[in-house]
Amino acid sequence: MGYVALESLRTVRRRSVLITGSVKMVAIRMQFTLYLVVLLNIYNSFVSALYFHIGETEKKCFIEEIPDETMIIGNYRTQLYDKQKEEYLPATQGLGMFVEVKDPDEKVILSRQYGSEGRFIFTSHTPGEHQICLHSNSSKFALFAGGMLRVHLDIQVGEHTNNYAEIAAKDKLTELQLRVRQLMEQVDQIQKEQNYQRVSVLQVWQLRSG
Amino acid sequence: MRHPCLLILAVYIAFINATELTFELPDNEKQCFYEDLEQGVKFDIDFQVIAGGNYDVDCFVTDPVNNMLYQERKKQYDSFSHTTTMKGVYKVCFSNEFSTFSHKTVYLDFRTGEDARLLPDMNGATALTQMESACLSIHEILKVVSDSQTWYRLREAQDRLRAIILFVVCIGQVLMLKSFFNDKKASVATST
Repeated sequence: MGYVALESLRTVRRRSVLITGSVKMVAIRMQFTLYLVVLLNIYNSFVSALYFHIGETEKKCFIEEIPDETMIIGNYRTQLYDKQKEEYLPATQGLGMFVEVKDPDEKVILSRQYGSEGRFIFTSHTPGEHQICLHSNSSKFALFAGGMLRVHLDIQVGEHTNNYAEIAAKDKLTELQLRVRQLMEQVDQIQKEQNYQRVSVLQVWQLRSG
Repeated sequence: MRHPCLLILAVYIAFINATELTFELPDNEKQCFYEDLEQGVKFDIDFQVIAGGNYDVDCFVTDPVNNMLYQERKKQYDSFSHTTTMKGVYKVCFSNEFSTFSHKTVYLDFRTGEDARLLPDMNGATALTQMESACLSIHEILKVVSDSQTWYRLREAQDRLRAIILFVVCIGQVLMLKSFFNDKKASVATST
């Protein structure tokens, strides 16, 4: 998404050379807005989230029970303990994380190797418990040296994955329209979860009786 | 849209972090989650044991200077709210060390951050219009609805299981009692 903003910035810059006067002011303002969006996206990826420690070969799995057609965005950032400086520093090259996502039928829907920092996105096609597993994959065995890896993890589900700044810019919404849009998305998500709950209860009864 | 920059900035500044996770806690193990928070930030922790053993887990929360903010043993579910008094790393730990053979599956909802507020105008704080205030209130209420829905969905799943176990045990006890009387009848019949 930041890439799209950068591309638009380049296009705007090219066009602003040809136009003059007050129209140029508008173009500059738009350029500034786009710069802001790009900058804030970069900032967003560094905002600290919940973190935990894992060992070298340890596999950490999280379960997310979600309805179908729900998007999940996971951001993670790793830090390795530096014995000399006695603090956690951003993980060095050669240290990657292997992310595996399984759907409720134990089918793998995402299986990828990311770097020391990464972002994974997937959309559920069946409602139920999805399992997100992370484990470190280091090419240099001496990196860990018996220490722990600190993993910052941030998982956004459903309505929280919407980027309202982007939606506002794309659909040209006023502030009030954006707020109402957010409320609509929230209600949609609540309704989806409620339907999922109703279906899962029915399924349990069917299993028991049939 | 006269101030698109302000709008975009406002959307980002009103940043509320919420992490919902369900994880497995093997027997004899402890799992801790940490979060770096500023001073004066309100955070809420909701947890529930959704599977395993007696559906209980030890939980404790400590502040940056290791003061115990919350400590409970063998709890099935609970909610804890606190406003931070100092900046630093706050820790939430779940322990299954009292159990020797049952894995527990724990659901955790860690919500931090202040209420969504608009960035004040350059001239000073401008009040929200009635429509904007209404939208903000509805937004907050919907957040509560969503969280409550998840909470009660998990409670319901457990209570349903308990109801079934209760029913089965009940029938079992009735049948067992019946069998005692059947034996008595047989012995009475043979003695006469």
